[in-house]
Amino acid sequence: MLAKNIYDVVVIGSGPGGVAAAIAAKQAGADDVLVIERDVEPGGILVQCIHNGFGLTSLKEDLPGPGYAQYYLDQAKALGVEFLLDTMVLDVTSQRKLYLSSQEHGYVDLEARALVMAMGCRERTRAQIRIPGMRPNGVFTAGTAQRWVNVEGWMPGKKFVILGSGDIGMIMARRLTYEGAKVERVLEIQSYLSGLTRNYVQCLQDYDIPLQLNYTIKRIMGKNRVEAIEAVQVDQRWNFVPGTEEIIPCDTLLLSVGLIPENELSRKAGVILDPVTGGPFVDETFQTNVPGVFAAGNVVHVYDLVDWVTEAGFGAGKGAAKFALAQKAAEQRYTPVKAGRNVRYVVPHKLDKQTLEQEEVHLQMRVTKPIEEDVWIEVHGENNSIVRRSERYVRPGEMVTVVLRPAHYAEVCKAGTLTIDIYPKSEA
Amino acid sequence: MEERNLICTACPMGCRLVVKMEGDQVLQIAGNRCRRGESFGRQEAIAPQRMVASTVRVLNGFHPLLPVYTKGTVPKKKIAEVLAEIRKVQIAAPVANKTVIIKNILGTGVDVVASRDMPAKA
Repeated sequence: MLAKNIYDVVVIGSGPGGVAAAIAAKQAGADDVLVIERDVEPGGILVQCIHNGFGLTSLKEDLPGPGYAQYYLDQAKALGVEFLLDTMVLDVTSQRKLYLSSQEHGYVDLEARALVMAMGCRERTRAQIRIPGMRPNGVFTAGTAQRWVNVEGWMPGKKFVILGSGDIGMIMARRLTYEGAKVERVLEIQSYLSGLTRNYVQCLQDYDIPLQLNYTIKRIMGKNRVEAIEAVQVDQRWNFVPGTEEIIPCDTLLLSVGLIPENELSRKAGVILDPVTGGPFVDETFQTNVPGVFAAGNVVHVYDLVDWVTEAGFGAGKGAAKFALAQKAAEQRYTPVKAGRNVRYVVPHKLDKQTLEQEEVHLQMRVTKPIEEDVWIEVHGENNSIVRRSERYVRPGEMVTVVLRPAHYAEVCKAGTLTIDIYPKSEA
Repeated sequence: MEERNLICTACPMGCRLVVKMEGDQVLQIAGNRCRRGESFGRQEAIAPQRMVASTVRVLNGFHPLLPVYTKGTVPKKKIAEVLAEIRKVQIAAPVANKTVIIKNILGTGVDVVASRDMPAKA
């Protein structure tokens, strides 16, 4: 089990958006902040983005992805943010209850006063862009290849074609070239580059990797392994232009064809998504339509630069902390009312102390079994007796009422929980 | 006089630069929106420089590879040699972020440093 089962702010995802949210939440006064990460280490996708170019705006330094991640992770840890790694969030409710499966702690449920969704994106795959042809081994997303080459240490192939001119695709073109592979071509169906121009210059142009705009893949060839792809030019409506086909021999095809915000958990929490971005509808504090549920980073919309993701995370974390603190203040106004000895239930279940200060409050209950002799009905806190009155008998069929008056206010304030016991005077 | 069209990579804005040159002399730079673009254009027209990021093998590390990068830019035409040097290195975990892996690589005055902490295998 975890040390706590309720946190001020829980963040799902430890990428740049999530970590920034956790930092900002701490700085805005949230006490208990927890980041949940499904991987065995924090950092998200930055861990595999070993190229530099991160932090130019936010840190005024040209850092590689892992270094950028570490800068903020170190800051979060110094502020006392807790991390729960190797943990999958199975379900989330609109009341911000989370159900987790953790390698270390097993099945865990916990509550968040405010929740920040920071699950990032998934890459679009072959299935989403419907490339015809054979289904051999050797077709990967650019991000998968990036993880293998940069973190796990093995090459997915020797001769590559990359479909899509997204940043990850161009960056992988350079990276694969560094590792001795040949990148034959980058094909882009649109008439313009989909990534940053600087990446075209320093990843493709620098290494003479040809980029063809208005080109796509007509089919994939090869039975067990990719043997070639057939490239074709498209017109303005993306129809193939007959006669422009070219067979490009290769053993691997990488797809860099866009990202989709990963919002399965958001949906479970009742968050409504914008069909254009694929992310939640949010206000300026990044709060979704579900009160207390915020969203940070690429889960909202796909960013071009990590610096903006960090900034968005700060906004969401600040909003979440504010919500959590208001929630906590509201909770502190209330004192829970619990059924004690021989009491089956009590209504109301909780009591607003501010009401009691002004007017009397009736506590009504039923007993679990009849007691046919003089009894005490006692309302008490952990260390103080608040009201005690007697009754000649109690029976489950007949409701019992205890009245709390403004005169009891001071004593009620001393109690964390009000408990009601009903017991024979002979046992007192 | 020669006119060269370059794209600035000093930041993600990707300004289109027009560099007017006379032989190896840069006469004028236009199209930049900041001073970094000016110095980038001057350098890029004469002797392009790049930062290089790659990985080195780690012994007993949490991952088999440690990401590393050149703390500053190195001449573009030396990138292949820089990569060859980096490929020779093997280092034992744990390694701290920013640890110098290769000092003054190929006499460029630039250090190759670790991109992150690399804890030892649990």
